Amino acid sequence: MTILAFAGGVLAATWRMATPLIFASVGEVFAERSGVINLGLEGIMLLGAFGAYAVTFYTGSLWLGVLAALAIGLLLGLLFALFTVTIKANQIVVGVALNLVGSGVSGFLFRSIFLNSDFPSLNIVSFNNMSIPILSRIPFIGPVLFQTNMLVYLTVFLVPLASFLLYKTSFGLSVRTVGEHPKAADTMGVSVSRIRYVCVVAGSMLAAVGGASLTLAFANQFVEDMVSGRGFIALAAVVFGAWSPWGATGASLLFGAFYALQLRVQAMNNVLLPYQFLQVLPYVATILALVSIRNRAQSPKALGVPYQS
Amino acid sequence: MPVVAFFVALAVGAVILLAAHFNPLLAYQAMYEGAFADFRSFTEVLLGATPLICIGAGLAVAFRCGVWNIGGEGQFYVGAVAGTAIGIYFQMLPGWILLPSVLIGGVVGGGLWAMLAGYLKGRFGANEVVTTVMLNYVAIIGTGYLVSGPMIEPGGRYPQTVQIARSAWLPQILPPTRLNIGFVIALLLALALYLLIFRSSTGYAIRAVGINPEAARYAGIKVNRNILLAMAISGGAAGLGGAMQIAGVTYRLFEQISPGFGFTAIAVSLLVNNNPLGVILSGILFGGLSTGSRLMQMNVGVPSVLVNIIQGLVVLSVVAFGAYRALTIEHEE
Repeated sequence: MTILAFAGGVLAATWRMATPLIFASVGEVFAERSGVINLGLEGIMLLGAFGAYAVTFYTGSLWLGVLAALAIGLLLGLLFALFTVTIKANQIVVGVALNLVGSGVSGFLFRSIFLNSDFPSLNIVSFNNMSIPILSRIPFIGPVLFQTNMLVYLTVFLVPLASFLLYKTSFGLSVRTVGEHPKAADTMGVSVSRIRYVCVVAGSMLAAVGGASLTLAFANQFVEDMVSGRGFIALAAVVFGAWSPWGATGASLLFGAFYALQLRVQAMNNVLLPYQFLQVLPYVATILALVSIRNRAQSPKALGVPYQS
Repeated sequence: MPVVAFFVALAVGAVILLAAHFNPLLAYQAMYEGAFADFRSFTEVLLGATPLICIGAGLAVAFRCGVWNIGGEGQFYVGAVAGTAIGIYFQMLPGWILLPSVLIGGVVGGGLWAMLAGYLKGRFGANEVVTTVMLNYVAIIGTGYLVSGPMIEPGGRYPQTVQIARSAWLPQILPPTRLNIGFVIALLLALALYLLIFRSSTGYAIRAVGINPEAARYAGIKVNRNILLAMAISGGAAGLGGAMQIAGVTYRLFEQISPGFGFTAIAVSLLVNNNPLGVILSGILFGGLSTGSRLMQMNVGVPSVLVNIIQGLVVLSVVAFGAYRALTIEHEE
């Protein structure tokens, strides 16, 4: 294997591995810009992954699976917003609880419906790779950018759209004002809690789709606790990306690169390192990323603070 | 209030059981019997409660300080690794030195692991929730590496270490049950942390930082130092739990040394409003749920992960009640 082929393999896997993180972190950008930090992303992604898997398993339709993830994200987002925005409970504690519930419910349902069942196979047919005609044949760039699956391609539309929404629309202005100075937004006649509900719910729906990409686009099965920290890595990507959709995407791609590197090196048969050294890469990279940033001042001023009118 | 919160969680759990076509009454009955039906199973409950009390009492200190240490699991692992290493590599030492060294090794290991996150928060502002979760993965994966590589039992086929020296085993208190002196140590630890947090000036400073860091700083309290201290205490307590799990229950280290004690302990502490003494009761309660859920799975076929759901629901109902009370008090004003 040449170095170029190896680099191409890593780069192609980078975007794929970054996809769950991009969905979750871009959504979380909105929640945090409106002043709410959702530490329950991990649990939401897990339930999204499970719900999408279960629905696709029974219906055979991948898009119904995505729809199921959206619905689950909607419900969990409403639950999170109810606790943190309406009754103003501590956002960290609610997030922790949501993660416990997410891990418990997905594990419980997976075991009681699927594991002790007599289904001949628990696999689903996941999203195929789609080659984009002509472009996919460009050497090196083609396989990296134009031979992947629908959910990964979706991020190309998601990120510019999110950025436009946040910076170029009056809704985006309201979101940013609510996160920086809720009192001012309130005085201007913007409903702080409505904006926060919308942002938390939208973020939660995107996180659930990010989770769904794990079962629908990468693995063809659900595995208990398969999100394995991606919800928290997405939270770090938001900070590392300075609370902007493009920044969070860049950070997600960076973390995705560590996942990709780990996959590609493990796939080589002459591995010099014990696999645990590779497995640990994304987690260590996340800590280093949090330590290396200097732009903490850009954090929304009202982040984590319930609004008392 | 904790009692109500707990029953609300059980009620929601019953709805989930019904949805999955299980009889909730039968499930809860099996769970109860698995935990409290006879003396033997009750000692198993106390055995399972021991790590929960250690980690939970420590977390109570961190949470009171306003540092959200989610890393109890990783700190437990590091404590277990440190304790095992001492129990294996220093087995020539006499027991009265070796056993305390194993336990102190666990405290130091877990404490340093937690202080790393505390330091990163104080020095770089790195969110401790994210860093402690990341450090959990590093500790668990690292343990997997150690028990399948450098520390693997010579000639052994499984990823596990040899047993630690017999002189470092915690004495059993009610043979033939497995209950050991570790449970008593956990009770003493909870009492000590209660006194520290509510009856000492150190504890006062820690709580002041938790209530309002800016005001505490204004009053001359060193915020970062207290955060670091609270992390060290909670990590040390979790590490002690890890070392005692080795010295009192498993006698050797392997990959799945904890079934998620560190995460359950979060609910254990929050249920009793982060009071180290209350942690004793809620630790036994959650220890009972885990022990009982094993019989429930065997007899009624309900997956034991149901307990994880109940833990999350307990936390949710506790915050709901707490927030509701805060709102009504505000109203009366």
